[in-house]
Amino acid sequence: MNIIINGEKIEAKQGKSILQVAREKGIDIPALCNLIDEKPIGSCGLCVVKIRKGSKTYYSRACTTKIDEGMEIETHSPEIEDTRKTILEMIAEEHKEIKGEAKELFLKYGIKLKGDNKKAMPKLAENPFISFNPEACISCFRCVQACSLIKENHVLVRENRGMNTQIVAGINEALKDAGCAFCGACVDACPTGALMDLTARVEKETKKITSICPYCGVGCAIDYYVSGEEIIYAKGSPNGVNKGDDCIKGRYGWQFVHSEERLKKPLIKKNGKFEEVTWDEALNYVASRLKEIKEKYGADSIAGLSSAKCTNEENYLFQKFMRIVVGTNNVDHCARLCHASTVVGLFKVFGSGAMTNSLEDLDKDAELYFVIGSNTTHAHPVIGTMIKRSVKGRGAKLIVADPRDIELAEYSDLHLRHRPGTDVSLINGMMNVIISHGLEDREFIENRTEGYEKLRDVVKKYTPEYVEKITSVPKEDIIKAAVLYATHKSAIIYAMGITQHTSGTANVASLANLALLTGNVGKRGTGVNPLRGQNNVQGAGDMGALPNVLPGYAKLGTRRAREIEKTWGGKIPEKEGLTVVEIMHAASKGMIKGMYIMGENPAVSDPDQKHVIQALKNLEFLVVQDLFMSETAQLADVILPAASSLEKEGTFTNTERRVQLLHRVLEPVGDAKPDWWIIQEIAKRMGADWNYKSPKDIFEEIRKVVPQYRGITYERIDKFGLQWPCPDENHESTKILHDDIFPTPNGLAKFSPYEYEPPAEEPDEEYPFVLTTGRTYEHFHTGTLTRKIEGFNELIPEAFVEIHTEDAEKLGVKDGDCIEVESRRGKIRVKAKIAGIKKGVVFIPFHFAESAANILTNDALDPEAKIPELKVAAVRLKKCQ
Amino acid sequence: MILLNDARNIEDYLENGGFKALRRALEFEQDEIISEVESAGLVGRGGAAFPTGLKMKFVKNEKNTPKYIIANADEGEPGTFKDRGLMEKNPYQILEGMIISAYAVGAKKGFFYIRYEYREIAEKIKNKVKELHRLGILGNNIYGSKFSFDIEVVLGAGAYICGEATALMESIEGKRGYPRIKPPHSTQRGLWGKPTLTNNVETLANIPVIINMGGEKYHKLGKEGCSGPQLFSISGFVKRPGIYEYILGEKTIGEAIELAGGVDGNFKGVMLGGGASGYILNRDYLDMPLCFSDAKKRGVALGTGDIIVLNESVRIWDMLLNIAKFFEHESCGQCFPCRYGTRRMREIIEKIVNGKGTSEDIKKLNATARAMKIASLCPLGKSAMTAYESAMKNFHDELMEVIK
Repeated sequence: MNIIINGEKIEAKQGKSILQVAREKGIDIPALCNLIDEKPIGSCGLCVVKIRKGSKTYYSRACTTKIDEGMEIETHSPEIEDTRKTILEMIAEEHKEIKGEAKELFLKYGIKLKGDNKKAMPKLAENPFISFNPEACISCFRCVQACSLIKENHVLVRENRGMNTQIVAGINEALKDAGCAFCGACVDACPTGALMDLTARVEKETKKITSICPYCGVGCAIDYYVSGEEIIYAKGSPNGVNKGDDCIKGRYGWQFVHSEERLKKPLIKKNGKFEEVTWDEALNYVASRLKEIKEKYGADSIAGLSSAKCTNEENYLFQKFMRIVVGTNNVDHCARLCHASTVVGLFKVFGSGAMTNSLEDLDKDAELYFVIGSNTTHAHPVIGTMIKRSVKGRGAKLIVADPRDIELAEYSDLHLRHRPGTDVSLINGMMNVIISHGLEDREFIENRTEGYEKLRDVVKKYTPEYVEKITSVPKEDIIKAAVLYATHKSAIIYAMGITQHTSGTANVASLANLALLTGNVGKRGTGVNPLRGQNNVQGAGDMGALPNVLPGYAKLGTRRAREIEKTWGGKIPEKEGLTVVEIMHAASKGMIKGMYIMGENPAVSDPDQKHVIQALKNLEFLVVQDLFMSETAQLADVILPAASSLEKEGTFTNTERRVQLLHRVLEPVGDAKPDWWIIQEIAKRMGADWNYKSPKDIFEEIRKVVPQYRGITYERIDKFGLQWPCPDENHESTKILHDDIFPTPNGLAKFSPYEYEPPAEEPDEEYPFVLTTGRTYEHFHTGTLTRKIEGFNELIPEAFVEIHTEDAEKLGVKDGDCIEVESRRGKIRVKAKIAGIKKGVVFIPFHFAESAANILTNDALDPEAKIPELKVAAVRLKKCQ
Repeated sequence: MILLNDARNIEDYLENGGFKALRRALEFEQDEIISEVESAGLVGRGGAAFPTGLKMKFVKNEKNTPKYIIANADEGEPGTFKDRGLMEKNPYQILEGMIISAYAVGAKKGFFYIRYEYREIAEKIKNKVKELHRLGILGNNIYGSKFSFDIEVVLGAGAYICGEATALMESIEGKRGYPRIKPPHSTQRGLWGKPTLTNNVETLANIPVIINMGGEKYHKLGKEGCSGPQLFSISGFVKRPGIYEYILGEKTIGEAIELAGGVDGNFKGVMLGGGASGYILNRDYLDMPLCFSDAKKRGVALGTGDIIVLNESVRIWDMLLNIAKFFEHESCGQCFPCRYGTRRMREIIEKIVNGKGTSEDIKKLNATARAMKIASLCPLGKSAMTAYESAMKNFHDELMEVIK
């Protein structure tokens, strides 16, 4: 398309606005309200230009006017510049404290701010993270656009009209009450400094350092702005998987690093009290006690818990330490509690236990999301935003299966509120419908799978009528879900709601079966996508911090194991080790005597808390390595202060198998040391000949041992990570698994049907409610990090139990009343929160040690993956006396 | 009288040939109706004077369905009250025009949008819609034809801006009443993104007239450049204020004032056209025929057809302040030029009325007027300074007298 701008002939693409084209050509047209080029709001009027088209001459906004063949455009004629000046002068008459981008514009046009009226403070200012200055707010609506169009949160809105127009949250509420996600998109969009991060301040020298967020498995890149040794603010980096998005934890969750409560010196418990000691004393003591126990009771009397919060290098070193320095395979980590069943279930069907697709293709190409057992907007918020945006922005379909009215349910085409623990039945039911409607992908089944007949026979009895009886989902909805799923390019997204069951492996395998049946594997926008809970839960598994496999999932006692032995120069025991819950059982029975826990808090995170604490107390020696005096650390004999992930280097592997490099943002606080340094120092004192000078040294060894990581180097991932498998340095990295063959012996995927088995504990007369547990948006896991942050505690200060309004009524309980929740294992008291949840089901978040949900939960295990059933326990409720 | 007949009851309306036009129209092809309207030369009576037939054609030719029709009864211009009178006295003629228009463009659903201040009328219209349903004049298979149509009455929430067609649509959709960015025009993407015909209620009342007498004959009512009857709201310093119906072009402004009993006091001027956004004119305009083309020739417009008569007691700056206050109060706040401009206009005029105006203030007013015209998003902002600019021309000396 040919147009003329300021006398110059320009060729540009149809569909672009005049503003876009002009800016591409370096013509500076001012605009204060413009945020999304494709969705202009035309509010400020500053970008107005003069257009001649045919015989007509008129003025129009450059942002809202699409270019048209033969247009002659003038961008800076005298009357237009006068108009801009007049608009700016009029703003200047009403405001006085404008900063940032807008201030530059006033300077450029030589206009002084003269406003002096005292504007009222709207209620949205009452919040712990974002400041609001009404004197600076020009109601340009960029924040409203960011909140609604970019984030699909719809919290910030406009109120009143004319000069009284103002930005408010909800119906003029505090941000928290209006459902604000504290993603900070409004702050980033604001051109006047009216909205700012509360911690932000102007400093002469501010460094920007990009690293990876320490919270969930999405692995967002965060830009940290640092002055001296202090982070002053942070925001989602445009150069990460998150493409500039972030959530409350990414944006404000770094505040724990500056907490007064950080451990700064090694501590040894002497006469029941912790005393500060030197590193030498602590390390020598740990080494000698571990040696002593090993000599006295054998290597298998020691167990280690590695950590999905630590780097790949540290996990690698930890399991290597346990295996060849201590000499046991008793090493596991919290993935046992979250995705052990994913690894087993997906391995069984696909031959590989990881997320099949990438965020990028799910974002752009999925026509339907089937979200089951994942409260995505709370637990993996950036992916939650992605789904909301796809649904609202490009019309993707959404099916949610969850007993709670999670936020995504509001955006869904269909919400299946099935009874907790009936997932296999629901999924088998969907497969039954797909086969009976002839919607299966025959070609895919024929060419890429085996065992279809077995599947067909198993799901035969799961008719919609039969499944309705088990799940309580109306049969019409089961049929609708099946047809929708089968007739679109569909992506399954799941998390702990699927995995934390005695039927966890069966749940995962059934989802994989469903994807195979409809050919929704190995293509963009499809797949089976487990969302990993911790920042490095994928990596901790890849590194072999598991009792049954070595780095790269090499099986014990195989040829690959012997190759690893060669690299390590030591013998790897062949006997499989114990898993997390088994370790605790063994400890309580006195079979495990010594334990080394790195960055985990089993006293709060593991099921049946009373039992776990008793097990830890039963140990002869416990060493805990952590940032804080966690509930577990309090039980330790030695506490070693560790550096946080913002204080060290190394790599994390995110949920989509992307290996990402950390950049050190701060120096470690006090005498805290990186975990890899601590492990090496203990190993050396136990006779190991290790000499790693940096995480990079360790990574180079990982590349030799883990074939999936072979092609990845620190240099290659300095700016942006690579996705494994990446077999050599020229390999581009693998975005989608199984696009050609499955990593099974014959290259085919294997249908692995399961029958429905009820959960280990079902409600009965004595314990009539089903308890399910999970995360809140604001807190993370056992709260070790987030509960050190004042603002987070202000938003969610204590535990609560979500309950259906009719159930609450029957108990005579009102919102905010105290409820006693009791299971066969213990009882806790929590506040009632009347919420959208299935009748007969209650939900308690597990972050709060003082009213720990895991006092109630059941440690019954999935027989294959040994994951405990954290998602279903029978409880009874009564109003507190 | 053609429009302002008293037919408040269905019996009266039917007795005087009501719904004859509809029955006839249902036998026409859609295009035949539109071409009758086109040949009649009917233009919109809501202020913008856009050719009605052409608008109908745009909507009819859109492929996208469903299509909607809106009767705009958000009569909000100060000094304009003719729609209220029409709805009270002759509501069925509006409804009949709406049904015929819907048939012509292929709309199955109509919205009758009435300003909040007319809520009693809205109740009456609702009852009449029910009545027409009972009589088979609305609903499925109207008069046994294949055409089905329904009307929903929607009450506004008290915002002047919702008289603007796209802000009105936002309001019906349950959103803030903000004008939309055009293009796309609402004939292409209107209500819920679908092709929508929006007409003022008086415009609609003309449709049965055209069908009954035929477009050619209707066209002959009036003179070159304006056809048909129009309602005029005559108020201010006049002895018999009220709604008057004249064939366009037959009367001059002066004659219309005389027919309304003449000036109460000594004549000073009139405010003509769209109420607040109208023109302030002096006695030179008394001989101007009430006709679109004559108005255009003299650089003014008939707008919604109101004449506010000013006598010598009226100070023009006072009047301008009143208008400025109205716009400041009614600016929706969506775009900066109007939001800030209407505030500034009121502040400066207030200063002048208080005797503190300087030539610097006049410069500022002129700059504001120009910026608002160039950069406002919708007609509200673009026309907010019309009164000031026309007064500056027609009462220049009086206005400048108080400026230091």
